[in-house]
Amino acid sequence: MAAQAWQPLDRTQLAARVAQDIPEGWSVNLGIGIPTLVGNHVPAEREVVFHSENGIFGMGPAPTKDKINRWLINASSQYVTLRTGASYMSHSDSFAFVRGGRLDLCVLGAFQVAENGDLANWARSDDDIAPAIGGAMDLAAGARRVWVVMEHNTRDGEPRLLERCTYPLTALACVKRVYTELAVIDVTDGVFVVRDMLPGLTFAELQARTGAELRQA
Amino acid sequence: MIDKFVRSVAEALADVKDGSTVLVAGFAQVGEPRALIDGLIEQGAKDLVVVHNTAGREREGVARLIGEGRVRKIVCSFARSRGSVLFEEVYARGEIELEIVPQGILAERIRAAAAGIPAFFTATGAGTKLAAGKEARTFNGREYILEQAIYGDVALVEAWRADRWGNLVYRDAGRNFNPVMAAAAKLTIVQTQHVAELGALNPEEIVTPGVFVDRLVHVAAGDPPLKTLV
Repeated sequence: MAAQAWQPLDRTQLAARVAQDIPEGWSVNLGIGIPTLVGNHVPAEREVVFHSENGIFGMGPAPTKDKINRWLINASSQYVTLRTGASYMSHSDSFAFVRGGRLDLCVLGAFQVAENGDLANWARSDDDIAPAIGGAMDLAAGARRVWVVMEHNTRDGEPRLLERCTYPLTALACVKRVYTELAVIDVTDGVFVVRDMLPGLTFAELQARTGAELRQA
Repeated sequence: MIDKFVRSVAEALADVKDGSTVLVAGFAQVGEPRALIDGLIEQGAKDLVVVHNTAGREREGVARLIGEGRVRKIVCSFARSRGSVLFEEVYARGEIELEIVPQGILAERIRAAAAGIPAFFTATGAGTKLAAGKEARTFNGREYILEQAIYGDVALVEAWRADRWGNLVYRDAGRNFNPVMAAAAKLTIVQTQHVAELGALNPEEIVTPGVFVDRLVHVAAGDPPLKTLV
């Protein structure tokens, strides 16, 4: 068997790839997992304002162990810092801000994304014993843009990019772009449009790993 | 003279009745009124409806209240927190009702109660399984669902500084659900880390005006516990 001619992005490279596309001036919320790592790759001189659902606007990176403020955690319960210019707000103001359409971007993890932009990221079955929604439904329905960062396939090799989601939905028609370890794919008028892909990976190989029709940009 | 301070947690909670809806503020261990939650466990009220961001973590606080069989129903956004074993045991035995609410809708349903608004339409959850049984309407071409206000009989709140009128200031991310819950209950009980003289808090910086607060108790709880870092 021929060695594959491409190397998938690791978590750090994937986070850096997303960060590359976030312009100065945006207000951005980062979900749990790889999305949280995105913040580490936006250079400090590019002024991006990170929001956390628990009422922080202008969140900075994780502190060193000796600089932890026990009163300052993000929505994933991790210790964070403030950058100069930051402010606090209550939970109700924090989500009014999101639903009011002032959040430029939310980067979320997902189980599945459909070609119509439907997002499934909170439950893998209808009878989940203890479901955990957190703020995902508010963020997905309220943000101006939702970008998803996820692995292109499940551990069993099943596609996560589908014609229609099979897991319970978080929000309808909200995803604008998907970043995977293989490609960057826009959701445009009900179609997956490949915007960028790994060097060496062929379009046919990418299509074979995807559960809906891809179009080349 | 208005003085809302009482001498002890037990005194603050003495008349909480069985069957009450209790709003419990805090986000993870930060801004959580732990002394009041522990006091409620001691106090003995049962058949409670507890409204909190999670179903509790590990075996402390809200989780312990649930584990002791005192909660009839939990309304939360996140039922699966780190080591939420007590909730899962009680839920598996069918001894507690669970209502899952998206976190922003949880805050807004409480805010609606505070503002005298019985229900409101929102796009959050529209088209998902959480929309089942809820009235849907289309405004400007988008579907919204009707969500009802959550009224508290009691709110448990933690402040950083409070004066005897009940004016409150919070600390860092300890603000979270505290101001909105403080405004949405018939009886708002506050534990405060520090006591300020009346007039010492800058009116421009007070987050919760004293008019929302009924009782205060001074609990110098110190910093929230340091959790194992992820």
